[in-house]
Amino acid sequence: MVAFILSRVLQAFIVMLGVAMIAFSLFNYVGDPISNLVGIQTSAEKREQLRESLGLNDPAPVQFARFISRTVQFEFGISYQQKRSVSSIIAERMPATLELSFVSALLALFIGIPMGVYTALNRNSWLSHAMLSLSLVGVSLPTFLIGIMLIFVFAVQLHALPSFGRGQVVDLGFWTTGFLTASGLKALIMPSITLALFQMTLIMRLVRSEMLEVLRTDYIKFARARGLTRRTVNFGYALMNTLVPVITITGLQLGSIIAFAIITETVFQWPGMGLMFIQAIAEVDIPVMSTYLMLIACFFVIINLIVDLLYYFVDPRLRVDRGW
Amino acid sequence: MAVDNVSMQIDRGEVLGVVGESGAGKSMTGAAIIGLLEAPGRIAEGEILFEGQRIDTLSDDELRVIRGRQIGAIFQDPLTSLNPLHTVGRQIIDTIVTHLKLSQRQARARALELLQEVGIPAAKERIDHYPHQFSGGMRQRVVIALALCADPKLIIADEPTTALDVSIQAQIIALLRKLCDEHGTAIMLITHDMGVIAETADRVAVMYAGRVGEIGPVADIIHKPKLPYTVGLMGSIPSITTEVDELAQIDGAMPRLNAVPPGCRFHPRCAHAFERCHIDLPELIKAGSSEVACWLYDEKKPGKGPSVSRKETARKKKASAKAAEALPLVKVDGLKQYFDVSPPWLTRVLERSGRQIVKAVDDLEFTINRGETFGLVGESGCGKSTVARAIVGLYTPTAGTITYMPGENGGATAKERVAEFDDKIQMIFQDPHASLNPRWKVADVISESIPEDRVSADRVAELLRQVGLADADGEKYPHEFSGGQRQRISIARALGGEPEFLICDEPTSALDVSVQAQILNLMVDLQRRLGLTYLFISHDLAVVHHISTRVGVMYLGRLVEWAETERLFANPQHPYTRLLLQSVPDLSKIGMRRAPMAGEVPNPLDPPSGCAFHPRCPFVQDRCLSERPMSIEVDGTHVACHAVEEGRV
Repeated sequence: MVAFILSRVLQAFIVMLGVAMIAFSLFNYVGDPISNLVGIQTSAEKREQLRESLGLNDPAPVQFARFISRTVQFEFGISYQQKRSVSSIIAERMPATLELSFVSALLALFIGIPMGVYTALNRNSWLSHAMLSLSLVGVSLPTFLIGIMLIFVFAVQLHALPSFGRGQVVDLGFWTTGFLTASGLKALIMPSITLALFQMTLIMRLVRSEMLEVLRTDYIKFARARGLTRRTVNFGYALMNTLVPVITITGLQLGSIIAFAIITETVFQWPGMGLMFIQAIAEVDIPVMSTYLMLIACFFVIINLIVDLLYYFVDPRLRVDRGW
Repeated sequence: MAVDNVSMQIDRGEVLGVVGESGAGKSMTGAAIIGLLEAPGRIAEGEILFEGQRIDTLSDDELRVIRGRQIGAIFQDPLTSLNPLHTVGRQIIDTIVTHLKLSQRQARARALELLQEVGIPAAKERIDHYPHQFSGGMRQRVVIALALCADPKLIIADEPTTALDVSIQAQIIALLRKLCDEHGTAIMLITHDMGVIAETADRVAVMYAGRVGEIGPVADIIHKPKLPYTVGLMGSIPSITTEVDELAQIDGAMPRLNAVPPGCRFHPRCAHAFERCHIDLPELIKAGSSEVACWLYDEKKPGKGPSVSRKETARKKKASAKAAEALPLVKVDGLKQYFDVSPPWLTRVLERSGRQIVKAVDDLEFTINRGETFGLVGESGCGKSTVARAIVGLYTPTAGTITYMPGENGGATAKERVAEFDDKIQMIFQDPHASLNPRWKVADVISESIPEDRVSADRVAELLRQVGLADADGEKYPHEFSGGQRQRISIARALGGEPEFLICDEPTSALDVSVQAQILNLMVDLQRRLGLTYLFISHDLAVVHHISTRVGVMYLGRLVEWAETERLFANPQHPYTRLLLQSVPDLSKIGMRRAPMAGEVPNPLDPPSGCAFHPRCPFVQDRCLSERPMSIEVDGTHVACHAVEEGRV
């Protein structure tokens, strides 16, 4: 158990180091940092001086070590455009993205899984066929189109929901939340549905196919042959076994909800990290880009770690020693 | 239509055996009885009566109450029959409380009793273990406990021992019989293994292409079969007690169920077919103590039915006499093949565990003479396939030498040998479905093995004819052939380089008996014509007995005994061999009750000290626990056993 966790943590560490290297190389290969800092009139000498004082002439490994040591202290530098520290920008933007992702993930899981189970158990009902056809729409329509359509119907035509922004937020000091006000909650509805739709259909289809697979196994056949009730067989046996592989994929999907909130945030002008990233790209704001890159990688690594551990708890085959 | 007009009756407490080759509709019949036909399957016609009550028309919920409570079921693979996420105790308790009005606590007590009854040691602890912590045999015991937990009146056992080793199979059969006798449970025993039927069943139903061909008392079916198909089937089963030159052969294969011939479904393969068989479908008619669906027994055509003929000839004696004079072809000396299965170093460091080495083959020594068939038998995991792979050069031995033609080429190492004798040594694998490239035409598969300068269409056609296929078959793809035909293609491929030595790793294990007989006959025939030498590896003692001139018995990576076939089967020396031979279900053992070999094959990661067999050996003494027995020769038998050496056996 300890060895399992340790080796996973070690792997996560190596992944993060790799990502940090890519983030670091952004500074040197995407444009010249000095030209980004100074104006056109600055003389060549001045530039060289600045280069020296910022340590940009040091060998790459030394610079990388310095970059790492700053990073672990949460010092990500100053945004070229906003002239503020990147960590404060991130801290300001993160709650918006995390709240949106959280609601989307809940939607995706708590609608996707039951739909998957239903369509697997009632393979031939018209409702299953309807859900499956609809899910094709969810998978194939691009997110921004769904977002724009929602805005058109509910904001432009019906005036029921706001078309952009987070609404009123409450500042808790370290966190700004939209959960506590009516306008905040209202503003969440459309972006979270837009973001959840793709994952929801994906989870539904995954659960359905896994469950159909499980329902064909010998132990389900044997359970039915023993006369266990339909509920025990379907939920106690089949669903449990379905969830084992589903956990892995779902975990990764939740990571991508956070990572790919970019499009949804752009469509709804949601003041989160995705929007911040898009703006940073447009303005070649390297510190913001590299920080965002590392942050998202970090989310993925942590989620992966949690998924591995969950797996370990759900599946006894990994947990206990084999054989006697 | 998968099952057509099947009528059978099972009496209280009776064991009805249902035999047939794969696809005959045996399992389908079983599934229909408990209402577990899978869509799109359904009962189109007929009725199922249980204790006088019609059950095929019941709703699913009504039927559910009968399943488990009145009719239990056991399936083939114990590894997949249990829910991997629940403890065995929970699965048993779930089932008990579904059917009986017991509290959780009472149910648990009953579950514990059941586990003890089916012979799970330390049941008190084991009840809270997960299925993966049990061995295959133990899992099948748990499955039996589950099937019995509401005391059903009938158990439908679908191939309950097929996935198990011989010694475990014997334990499970004995257990099943004992429990059913005690509880008065009737069994419908579905299997393709006539040996198991002979030992267990009271009556037998023989199924062919979805119909019952013959049904009657077990002794009659085995000794006086009436249906030509049953006659052929009985003749095609190799036995450990009788010696035949050639197995009876039913040519062809069972028709696919979507392409059954008109009239009697067996007539295209039947030697006794006459006009009527081509037109009319026979129904079961009384013939002696049995019922048989065959026009030969119709009143209008009184005639003598076919009979089983087992011709005894001296093929093997001749072959072994010749082989004894011949030079050794392959000499295996001190062969060791170890595999490192250690967990990653971090785990080892943290859990303070050392490296784990599986000694798959440990110090093996034998020779194979030119022109003979050397049979290698043993239970799964004993290392017999590893030997094959080491000889053919797929593994580099950890220690020891394998010498090809030791007289002419003194002590070549494995690698040199492979380079030099590439074409001379070929291998045939178990699974004919997986060992042929599905995207290649048969002709391409075969010509690949022919040395480049000799590749020609004529050569390919010659090889195809040699294995009993038609020239035109070369243009087809592997999926167009049946399992037996594919194994013929594998053999043709192996013959492409004109080898001297063929290594056959379970070549017939995936085939039905009648097809197995065809392949075995083909192999014998090829050996005679081409002067081949075989290393024949199998877990099936009867097959090895039939085909081999000499036999080696392996246990946990070691050769415990090797001798000429007749000597080994008539007068086995090593206690393991003796027990193994006793465990084999055989046609001659009708209704025989016996005490099966106790225990299971130990974990090869942690083999017992001294003689690896000592925990299961009835002749064990202190010396066996500490000292590893060396091979000695007793009357031409090589045996590694202290008890034999000291004359205690």
